[in-house]
Amino acid sequence: MPNLLAEARLARWAGAAGSALASLTLLAGAALAATAEHAPGAEHGAEHGGGGLPQLDPTTFPTQIFWLAVTFITLYYLLAKKALPRVAEVLEERQERISRDLNKAASVKEEAEAVLASVEKALADARSEAQSVIAATVAEIEAANHARQGQLAADIGERLKAAEARIAGAKDEALANIRGVAAEIARDVAGKLAGVDVDASKAEAAVAAVLEERRS
Amino acid sequence: MDPLHQFAINPIMQIVIAGYDVSFSNSALFMAIAVALVYALIHYGMKGRALVPGRLQSTAEMFYEFVANMVRDNAGQDARPYFPFVFTLFMFVLFGNLIGMIPYTFTFTSHIIVTFALALTVFVFVTILALIKHGLHFFTFFMPHGAPVALAPILIPIEVISYLMRPVSLSIRLFANMMAGHTMLKVFAGFTVMMISGMGALGLFVGLVPLLINIALTGFEFLVAFLQAYVFSILTCLYIRDALELH
Repeated sequence: MPNLLAEARLARWAGAAGSALASLTLLAGAALAATAEHAPGAEHGAEHGGGGLPQLDPTTFPTQIFWLAVTFITLYYLLAKKALPRVAEVLEERQERISRDLNKAASVKEEAEAVLASVEKALADARSEAQSVIAATVAEIEAANHARQGQLAADIGERLKAAEARIAGAKDEALANIRGVAAEIARDVAGKLAGVDVDASKAEAAVAAVLEERRS
Repeated sequence: MDPLHQFAINPIMQIVIAGYDVSFSNSALFMAIAVALVYALIHYGMKGRALVPGRLQSTAEMFYEFVANMVRDNAGQDARPYFPFVFTLFMFVLFGNLIGMIPYTFTFTSHIIVTFALALTVFVFVTILALIKHGLHFFTFFMPHGAPVALAPILIPIEVISYLMRPVSLSIRLFANMMAGHTMLKVFAGFTVMMISGMGALGLFVGLVPLLINIALTGFEFLVAFLQAYVFSILTCLYIRDALELH
């Protein structure tokens, strides 16, 4: 900041110095011209005679220096204060506009790329989601099948067990019945063949003993 | 017919201030015209402030950027505050030279007193700038770095003289170029006139030769007009760089 201030001060000073310098040169030149004017009187008279370079005629120096200072300082003032700042402004504006447009283009491009990326991501997400849904469904179905199979197996086992129990029961019942029937038959056979009336309980015990024997 | 007649200062309006003759002359008139043209070019060129510049605005911007680049490349970044001064100098000299290319105009840059006053302004400006920036350290400028101290009695006078000769060479270069060019144009034009009036019908053909040379010279003079304005301002830039950096 102080640097900028110093520079601004210097710039202002440069303007003032320019004006001061021009007036200084004016004075110096005028003095030069005045001394030259006083020197040879002959040259003074010959100024319109056409001899010599017009550039070396000192009597024309004051007017040229004076008007040079006036016009040059005027031009400096007009350009430095009015014309050049406007050119700088317009150029800066254009530069700004161009860089702003470039930035805008870059940001729009970035945005478009982001949109593209998000679209691709959405697609990928959808695909992977579909994949996972399919996998989950398959797993679910498999699990359901598995469960049903297990249940079915358990069910069958249960029924098998029940059937076996029923069969065992029927067998036992049949066996029990067979004992009674066998005892009866044994009594009948003994009565008919030997004419012996065997006591029912004795016959039953005998049958039971035989059966026990067999079983062991 | 006098080829030097074109350089004569002719008062248009007599003005005397404090005993000095500061009449408004043909020289002053063309200085004023140059100022008006330069300012008009920039002012009207930039009036539209167009984003996409037209012809006039392009010209104005081209001059601006040309001088801005010249100042930046030759005087350095620190020379920005002096850009208006260099721009004024360049445009003033360039338009003075170019206006002088139009027949019947006056070339104020063909006068040594004008170019010397401009060069002296540059010289004093640059010297004061260096003194402000570096104080008394400025005088080390006259002793080149790394030179043996024993050589100082020779080197310092040479450096001082070459420094003091800057305004002389700067002003004489511009003045001599402009004067020589314009004189030459006039001399060759005079040849054509002399041949036609001296040799009659044959002169019409022989007179063509200097005329053709004059056409080539005119193109050359346009180049010189631009080049000398460029040289004048680029040397100013280099002097400003010396003042700022004291190399």
